Amino acid sequence: MLSYIIGRLLRMIPQVFLISILAFIIVQLPPGDYLTEHLNRLRQSGASIDQAEVERFTKMYGLDQPMHIQYLKWITNIVTRGSFGYSFEWQKPVNEVIVGRIGTTFVIAFLSFVVCWSLAIPIGIYVAVRQYSLADYFFTFLGFIGLATPGFLLALVIMYVAYTYFGIRVGGLFSPEFETQPWSWAKFVDLLSHLWLPVLILAIGGTANLIRTMRATMLDELRKQYVMVARAKGLSEFAVLLRYPVRIAINPILSTFGWLLVWFFSGGMVVEIVLNLNTAGPVLWRSLMRQDMYMAGAYIVIIGTLTALGSLISDILLAIVDPRIRFGSMEGL
Amino acid sequence: MSGFLSIFKGKQQEPGAEVQAPSAQTKDERFYRAGQWQLVWWKFRRHRLANFAMIVLGILYFIAAFAEFVSPYDPLHRFKDFSAKPPSVIYIRDTEGRLRLPFVYGAIRARDPVTMRPVYKEDTTRIYPIKLFVRGDEYKFWGLFPSDLHLFGTGDPQMPLFILGSDHLGRDVLSRIFYGARISLTVGLIGVFLSFILGLVLGGLAGYFGGLVDEAVMRIIDVLVSLPAIPLWMALAAALPQDWPQLRTYFYVTIILSILGWTSLARVVRGKMLSLREEDYVMSAKLDGESEWQIIARYMLPGFTSYIIVSLTMAIPGMILGETALSFLGIGLHPPTISWGVMLQDAQNVQTIAQLPWLLTPVVFVITAVLMFNFLGDGLRDAADPYVT
Amino acid sequence: MPENQVLVEIKDLHTYFFLAEGVVRAVDGVDLVIKRRQTLGVVGESGCGKSITSLSLLRLIPPPGRITQGEILYYKPSAGDNGSVDVINITALNPNGREIRDIRGNQISMVFQEPMTAMSPVRTVGQQIIEAIMLHQKVNKAEARKRAIEMLARVKMPKPERTIDDYPFQLSGGMRQRAVIAMALSCHPHLLIADEPTTALDVTTEAQILDLMRSLQNELGMAIMYITHNLGVVAEMAEEVAVMYLGKVVEQTDVKTIFLEPLHPYTQGLLSSIPRLDESIMRGEKRRRLQMIKGMVPDPYTRLKGCPFHPRCPKVIGDVCDQVEPASIWVRPGHMVRCHLYAEAVKSGPAPSH
Ligand SMILES: Nc1ncnc2c1ncn2[C@@H]1O[C@H](COP(=O)(O)OP(=O)(O)OP(=O)(O)O)[C@@H](O)[C@H]1O
Ligand SMILES: [Mg+2]
Repeated sequence: MLSYIIGRLLRMIPQVFLISILAFIIVQLPPGDYLTEHLNRLRQSGASIDQAEVERFTKMYGLDQPMHIQYLKWITNIVTRGSFGYSFEWQKPVNEVIVGRIGTTFVIAFLSFVVCWSLAIPIGIYVAVRQYSLADYFFTFLGFIGLATPGFLLALVIMYVAYTYFGIRVGGLFSPEFETQPWSWAKFVDLLSHLWLPVLILAIGGTANLIRTMRATMLDELRKQYVMVARAKGLSEFAVLLRYPVRIAINPILSTFGWLLVWFFSGGMVVEIVLNLNTAGPVLWRSLMRQDMYMAGAYIVIIGTLTALGSLISDILLAIVDPRIRFGSMEGL
Repeated sequence: MSGFLSIFKGKQQEPGAEVQAPSAQTKDERFYRAGQWQLVWWKFRRHRLANFAMIVLGILYFIAAFAEFVSPYDPLHRFKDFSAKPPSVIYIRDTEGRLRLPFVYGAIRARDPVTMRPVYKEDTTRIYPIKLFVRGDEYKFWGLFPSDLHLFGTGDPQMPLFILGSDHLGRDVLSRIFYGARISLTVGLIGVFLSFILGLVLGGLAGYFGGLVDEAVMRIIDVLVSLPAIPLWMALAAALPQDWPQLRTYFYVTIILSILGWTSLARVVRGKMLSLREEDYVMSAKLDGESEWQIIARYMLPGFTSYIIVSLTMAIPGMILGETALSFLGIGLHPPTISWGVMLQDAQNVQTIAQLPWLLTPVVFVITAVLMFNFLGDGLRDAADPYVT
Repeated sequence: MPENQVLVEIKDLHTYFFLAEGVVRAVDGVDLVIKRRQTLGVVGESGCGKSITSLSLLRLIPPPGRITQGEILYYKPSAGDNGSVDVINITALNPNGREIRDIRGNQISMVFQEPMTAMSPVRTVGQQIIEAIMLHQKVNKAEARKRAIEMLARVKMPKPERTIDDYPFQLSGGMRQRAVIAMALSCHPHLLIADEPTTALDVTTEAQILDLMRSLQNELGMAIMYITHNLGVVAEMAEEVAVMYLGKVVEQTDVKTIFLEPLHPYTQGLLSSIPRLDESIMRGEKRRRLQMIKGMVPDPYTRLKGCPFHPRCPKVIGDVCDQVEPASIWVRPGHMVRCHLYAEAVKSGPAPSH
């Protein structure tokens, strides 16, 4: 088990490394760079330019040097000092801007994830046990709609409904009065009252997807002989379901941990922008539009690494819950 | 006990126990083989939802193909007197209670004294019947054939027909949706086509050469699947200069969308190629002097066309949504290009949505298209799966 | 415990499956008697309703199946071994209720057709056996584990203390079947239903398992309902034999009579279709089971008029067999047959004597 985890970790290292190269190339793609443009703008407006400052940046990031040197400087800073560089747009180190926001995005993703699981697993079990019932058709239909509706379109529609019919202006993470206040219990409650909407919006698509997976694997398992054997032991129907088919059908769901995170980050970006949340999505968007390259690069690297980590965790979880994987047996898989 | 067993040996065959003759299996088999695609088609026809989806998609693509003719107006035509007009109400009964063919009333425009927004009132004295095959805005069908014939409309510039309302600039939303279908519905097709080529080539190379090439392709795939689609698309799309011509931007957007789509196909192709090397019949084909590509075309593709078709169908909706999201964020296509995502750019903030909710109607079309592709893909998968009856 | 006392009596059992395509009459009027400590062999072609009969006994029929008619009476021996019995009408019980669950795995337990899939692959053999023990016996986990190991040792599982913590996929087919039998016997049932427990196994393992079941039967004093295709196994295992055809028992008697004096043409066909070992080897034939009777089992949706066997019967009586359904005829006490051929010989037979 330990060697499995270590091997899996080692495989992640080159992957993260490649992600960083890719991220660097991507943020270099747009023609021109922020610093030059920024200086031009300052010059035009007649503001005085601190030449020493400019030179310091140029030197620090090797902006006058070839790409691969720039990359090396950048990645070295990240690896050795955990510093992602300087945001020209925000006039602050990237780390300062990023940490809290990625954290919030992660919290939203994680909460959506919890909602997803706690809805999808029982519903998936129920509709599999009652195959072809009214509930089954209902949730299948709902699942299709949920799959076809991306979060940001749903967010648009909800915003419209909430505003015109309930006069509520949804969006943001805090009410205006709490925006600048230090953390307090009231602020936390306020946060929760804003958070549920993006969490729910994100969870809907994922839930639809998970119900489908759970239903399909449950139906597969319910057909197996061991379910009947368990009934013949005299176990109650509930115990039979829980200890036998569910215990197995839930395993592939665990492995969704990895891709759901990817999914939430991905879909979450646009939802966050629509709902005007002060999280990773809008900042990444802005930094991409403004060519704030270190900022954008940092986001891509962090998100890529987190998702790689997510799939690592789900692989390990799978090995823990499924002895067939642990012992390398392919039977019935 | 063993005494009983010895009984069997002494028993003679009785007349009633005849050995059954082998049935005419060979004939059945030939029939089955000849009809394999036929069979898939039959099974598909039985899938009602998928058939329905196919019809709806057929209609949508028909609209996209004949947008100039089907839409009542030029999508860029600004009706200055009718900006931000809500959808027209279509009546079949006039004020005197008489039944008529469908018509709309004229509209009187006023301004809200407080907000200064246009407000429209129906003028029941003027009646504009909805006609078929009316003359209107001129266009060049597919950029080639000039005409001014439209499928329907009022045929009267005094009172245009706004089935889904008009936007801030007085452009007809329905016409824009029809023209937008052209972009939004083809982005997926072309993107899928590009993914298909990429997947086949890269997967084929990896499987064919093996070794270092294989390793490189597989690592790239690992990285690509670990990156969330939308941020990656955003980053790539942000690199497209704003001043590029429409067609070029469109083409690059489809490339960006297909960048993530090829990975799963490439994996399968690679696996097939690797296992193919081991197969006996490939070896014997080689000995018979057939070229690699002949072998691939003859033995490999047929076995998995159905898989390719299904996975491509399933990939289309993601691309449609991707285009919508990117254009919506203003980093994909830009005006004057018309796509459903570009149209939704106008609906980004709450005030606009609250005042002009009909600007959200492209959402309905996006969801319908995606839903139908999902249904279609489901039906195709079930039909192509030999184990599901 | 008196020997020849009835343990289970199935009377006119009908179990149907209601499908969109039609009604499958899986069990269509079965009468059976299982006596204490006895082994009843049930034979018949594939699809004749053997498994569904046994599942009906435990009320395990999956929907859309249902027992539509008939009774299953369980003469439950009372704890004190004083010969008195409680009669439980199994068909009247709630299929998910307490009473039937008390019977399942405790008083009547079952070993299923496929040992390979009879246990969940993600739980250890021990967990699955201990669960059954703790469900029916008031013991703690440690005690249950001890009993499970004992049971595994009894079924001759090699290294039971180790195997108990193995997962099923770590065991061979024969070992799995031993584990499944151990699980079924862990609560010392009065009746063990064995549904082709050895079909998936090789001949040597099959012989070992059969041996094992016989010795355990003696040890524990239980009855066995042994379902099989293999008449050789029946000859070895059973005292009583019931031959089923299309959801009905067409002949039931003791094992000697079945082999020496089979009455029903179907039974006769079954017996003659057993290949003579020497001959079949010389002709290089594969091992066959029962498919040598002329024709095939008709599809389950159609209900034949008259005797269900008449289209395949070599001794069919025109205008009788294809018109009138034969009733059970007791040609003598302890030998029942459903066939018009014997209607004249014994006009109305004596009632069955327990
Ligand atoms: N879940 C079900 N749904 C519909 N029909 C069923 C179901 N289970 C069994 N049947 C039908 O009931 C009939 C009897 O089945 P059963 O399993 O009892 O046969 P069997 O005698 O045990 O055969 P085998 O020797 O192959 O195990 C068959 O025609 C079968 O098709
Ligand atoms: Mg059976």
